[in-house]
Amino acid sequence: MTDMNIPATADRTPGALAQIRAFFLPHRIVMLALALSGVAAMVLTMDWSWLPQFMPRLWGGLLMTLYMLFGSVILGFLLAVPLGLVQVVGPRPLRWLATGFCTVIRGTPLLLQLWLFYYGLGSLFAQYPEIRETWMWPYLRQAWPYGLLALTISFAAYEGEVMRGAFAGVPHGELEAAHAFGMPRTKVFTRVWLPRAVHRALPTLTGEIILQLKSTPLVATVAVADLYAIVTRVRQATLLTYEPLLLLVAIYLCLSAILIAGLRWLENRVPSGH
Amino acid sequence: MTQDPAIEIRDLHKSYGAIEVLKGVSMTAYPGDVVAVIGGSGSGKSTMLRCINMLEKPSSGRIAIQGEAYEMRQLGTNAMEPASPKQVQRIRSQLGMVFQNFNLWPHRTVLQNVIEVPIHVLGVPKEQAVARGRDVLARVGLAEKEDVYPAFMSGGQQQRAAIARVLAVDPLAMLFDEPTSALDPELVGEVLSVIRDLAAEKRTMVLVTHEMAFARDVASHVIYLRDGRIEEEGPPEQIFGDPQSPNLQQFIRSVA
Repeated sequence: MTDMNIPATADRTPGALAQIRAFFLPHRIVMLALALSGVAAMVLTMDWSWLPQFMPRLWGGLLMTLYMLFGSVILGFLLAVPLGLVQVVGPRPLRWLATGFCTVIRGTPLLLQLWLFYYGLGSLFAQYPEIRETWMWPYLRQAWPYGLLALTISFAAYEGEVMRGAFAGVPHGELEAAHAFGMPRTKVFTRVWLPRAVHRALPTLTGEIILQLKSTPLVATVAVADLYAIVTRVRQATLLTYEPLLLLVAIYLCLSAILIAGLRWLENRVPSGH
Repeated sequence: MTQDPAIEIRDLHKSYGAIEVLKGVSMTAYPGDVVAVIGGSGSGKSTMLRCINMLEKPSSGRIAIQGEAYEMRQLGTNAMEPASPKQVQRIRSQLGMVFQNFNLWPHRTVLQNVIEVPIHVLGVPKEQAVARGRDVLARVGLAEKEDVYPAFMSGGQQQRAAIARVLAVDPLAMLFDEPTSALDPELVGEVLSVIRDLAAEKRTMVLVTHEMAFARDVASHVIYLRDGRIEEEGPPEQIFGDPQSPNLQQFIRSVA
């Protein structure tokens, strides 16, 4: 009898209303109520009068945070691909170089690298008039290039390892099939090996990009005006502790959620079937 | 003069280090021939097939496709490598290979798998490649599956898609490397019937297989490899009906 019922229920596509009703299970309603009352308490009992005044600067900080994140993720990934590849197929000296780079960068604190770049490299550049006269100097005398550099190199080192595993993990037969059809080596790479490796690495990369987002506040320590730096200034100006920090929590949470949703979507565009 | 053989192998040797897996094998397949290569595991039959498109590099010997021999360069005393990667790519693009494990590209749909080589290796315009792709998918019975990713298909369907991928390049010769060995028994038949249709079309094929009844059925010539040598060869009626060597007699008894 139950057997006969299954197709009938499976065929019935639930309407939007039914779907909403299915979502509101008792435990979810309790959680939602708790969350909403928490937000209401924050909005009503706390001091948010400073918000309009600092809005433009907060926007600027958010943009700088996004710029640091996406800049370092994109540039870092472009470095990670060759770093991973040479560790799989590269000639031995290159392989050692890449492994060494990844080991050193992954084995030292990002904060330390950032300071070495900013205080070390930055002051070194300033000593050479040749550099001070080039078009680069207006950029090199600012803080953000060093922040971006440190974040990029860190991301490249971690993702270089991820890509090494991903390249090595693509089944040999898929590459062999491409070779057997007379594909030139570069095409085998761009059409099969790289897309397959990226697809396999995406779940890991999603996590790493979220970690990278949460590493960006470190650039505030070298006076890059990212979101964290702006909120610190808000705290100094208003002498408030919790409100600016809670705002920071909310913004980072939203950014993480958007990033995760976007990357999930990307992952699911090619179903792996597993 | 008669026409050039589609595939010609002369005195092929292949060693892995000190182990010699092919000890002087020769084979000629004229256009329309279906050559079945049989033999126990470790007899060297897959290695021989994979030398035809240089997936394995012969240690010595000569291989020619449609009269054009691979240009080889000597490496030390007992190894060679192709002298011209361009030539290898060009010859490979005229040979289609079907693998034991299908080796479809899982990040592309079935149709994308089928049009990949025509578009990106042979330079066929996309509309033309898609039209031909749909055509060959229909011929292997996968017309409805063109937008499906390989991971969502059965092994038999994947192997038929892999055969369609080969048909899309309209190859001079098709190489089958144990095309049904990775399939569940109930899926073997659908793949064999597709290959049988291709044999009936007079397509040139070299077929490494464990399916003796099938080899007897479709092959025009059967080669029995044992321990890196051709121990016996001839038309299927003779190989299966009247085997001469004791080893072949025993092999046929053991797989029958």
